[in-house]
Amino acid sequence: MPYTARKPPLPETPDELRARIPGWGADLDPAVRPQVPRERTDLETGAHWDVPDRQEETYPRERSIEHEQLPPVFGTAQPLHGLSGAIRRFAYERYSEGRLAHWLLLIAGDRVDAAEAHLRSLVTLRPDNPLTETGVLAEPRRHPVASRRGRPDVRHQVLDPVIVAGPWVLGAVVLVEALRALRRR
Amino acid sequence: MRAMVYRGPYKVRVEEKDVPRIEHPNDAVVRVVRAAICGSDLHLYHGMMPDTRVGHTFGHEFVGIVEKVGSSVQNLQVGDRVMVPFNVYCGTCFFCARGLYSNCHNVNPNATAIGGIYGYSHSTGGYDGGQAEYVRVPFADVGPSRIPEWLSDDDAVLMTDALATGYFGAQLADVVEGDTVVVLGAGPVGLFAARSAWLMGAGRVIVVDQLEYRLEKAREFAYAETVNFAEHDDVVVALKKATDGLGADRVIEAVGAEADGNLIQHVTAAKLKLQGGSPVALNWAIDAVRKGGTVSVLGAYGPIFSAVKFGDAMNKGLTLRMNQAPAARQWPRLLEHIQAGYLKPSDVVTHRFELEDIAEAYHVMSSKLDGCIKPLIVPSAA
Ligand SMILES: [Zn+2]
Ligand SMILES: [Zn+2]
Repeated sequence: MPYTARKPPLPETPDELRARIPGWGADLDPAVRPQVPRERTDLETGAHWDVPDRQEETYPRERSIEHEQLPPVFGTAQPLHGLSGAIRRFAYERYSEGRLAHWLLLIAGDRVDAAEAHLRSLVTLRPDNPLTETGVLAEPRRHPVASRRGRPDVRHQVLDPVIVAGPWVLGAVVLVEALRALRRR
Repeated sequence: MRAMVYRGPYKVRVEEKDVPRIEHPNDAVVRVVRAAICGSDLHLYHGMMPDTRVGHTFGHEFVGIVEKVGSSVQNLQVGDRVMVPFNVYCGTCFFCARGLYSNCHNVNPNATAIGGIYGYSHSTGGYDGGQAEYVRVPFADVGPSRIPEWLSDDDAVLMTDALATGYFGAQLADVVEGDTVVVLGAGPVGLFAARSAWLMGAGRVIVVDQLEYRLEKAREFAYAETVNFAEHDDVVVALKKATDGLGADRVIEAVGAEADGNLIQHVTAAKLKLQGGSPVALNWAIDAVRKGGTVSVLGAYGPIFSAVKFGDAMNKGLTLRMNQAPAARQWPRLLEHIQAGYLKPSDVVTHRFELEDIAEAYHVMSSKLDGCIKPLIVPSAA
C-alpha cells in the first residue's frame, strides 16, 4: 500500500467513531490540549516566591556533583549509614550522573544495604520473614494456577525465587565451605 | 504511624514509623485516604532503580486530607481533601517556570537528570511516599489541588499519575484526526492513553499486550482493537500487516523497563539489572511506527543505558517524544472530560488492599495474579 500516495482507508467514519466512543474528537483541536505548546511561561503554579526558602540541612546530605549547591528542598527519608552508606556517598562524590560507575556503585550499595538490613534484623524482635514479606502467602487465595494458565511470561517468573533466595543460598554455601576450611587447618 | 517499607528486592512489610514533620515552611503533612500501586513501583520492588534504600516507603499515587501545614502555606488549609501529583516541584525554577514540572531542578539533590517523585527511591530525591498513613508533601502551595466535591477518592487517586500520564502520552504522540495509533502495554497507563487517543481524534487504536485479561479490558474499556504479541512470531510484522504495510502513524510505549517478549533483553535488564531497562517495547515502537511517524515514550527506565535501536529511528525520520508527565498540568482538561462523562478513571481498578496486606498486594501486582490491573491501598486511618 505505501507504494502509492494513498492513505489506507479507515474502517470507520468520524461519525461512526463519535457515535461509538465517548468524547471522540473532543480534543481534536491541539489548542485545547494542556501540553500545547510544551513550554509555556504563563501557567499559574501557586508559588509565591522567586526563590524558595531553604530547608534546614540537619545532616550532611549527599548530592550529585552536577548540582552546584544543595537544592532548597530535599527528601530526608533514609540518611546514609553503614557500609552501604559509604559506597553510596563515594558514588555521589566521585562520579557524575553521566558515568556508568556512578549508577553501578549505587546498585551495589543497594545490594549491600539489603544484606546489612537482613543481618541486622536477625538480632531484632522482628527478623526478616521471606514468607510474609514476599507476599507468597497470598497465592492460595489468588487463583495461582488459573491466573498463570497459558501465560507466556510465566517462564520468567520462575527466575524470581532464584533472585530472592539465590544470594542467601550462595552465602550459606560460602560460609559452610569457609568453616570447613578453617576446621581442616 | 503505619507505613509500607522496602526490605530488599521482592520484600516489603508494614512498619511503625514516625509521622512526618514539617521540614520546610511550605510543607504540608497529608493523611492518606487512598493510595495506589503503580506498575513503575514494581521496578523499585524488583530492585532495578538505583539507590532504593531499605526502609523506604513507596507510593507516588495518593490522595488525602491535609493534616498540618507549614508557616508559609497559603493555598491549602487543614482539613482540605487534596490530590497530590506524583511530581514534587517548586513552581519557580527555570524548568517549572516553563511548565516542565516533572523536570524541577530544586527538589532532587541526588540527580539533575530526574525531578522529584514521591516514594521513588533516593534517585528521585529521597522522599517517602504515600503507601502509609501520613506523608510529607513539599511545596504544598504548588502541587496539590483540592479535589472537587463531585470526584470520588478512587477517581482522584488515578488523576495523580495513571490517567494524567496516559493522556499526556497521547498528547506527546501529536495525534491528528484519522491517525492509526498503536499503544504498547495494556496496563492502566496504556488503557488511558488509548482512551485519550480517541479524544484527540484517532481513526484506529490498537493495543498490544501478552495478557489476555488485559487485552479484554482494552477492548471493553478502551474500545480498541487488540494484538496479543505472544500469538505472533513477530509482532512488528503483525502490526505492519494490520496497517496495510505502512506502520502506525503514532506509537505510544506504555511498558517500560521490564518489557517482556525478548528473553535476552528481559533477563539482562529485569532480572540481572545489566541494563537500565529492557527496551523490547521501545524497539517494537521504533519498528512498528511508520516512517516520519511519532513514538511517544511513557515507560519508565533506569538511568543505566539500554540497547535501543537508534539507527532505525534515525533512518525512518522518527520523532521520539517523552517525559515524566507534569500531572497537575493535565488536571483542568481531564476534570472537564470526567464531568462530561467521557471518562471514569476508577474503571481500571481491580483490587483493593488494606495497608497491612501490602506484601500480598505487591506480590499479586508483580505476578499479575487474579486479573490484577490496578490495586488501591486503603490505610487503616482512612
Ligand atoms: Zn505511577
Ligand atoms: Zn522547579
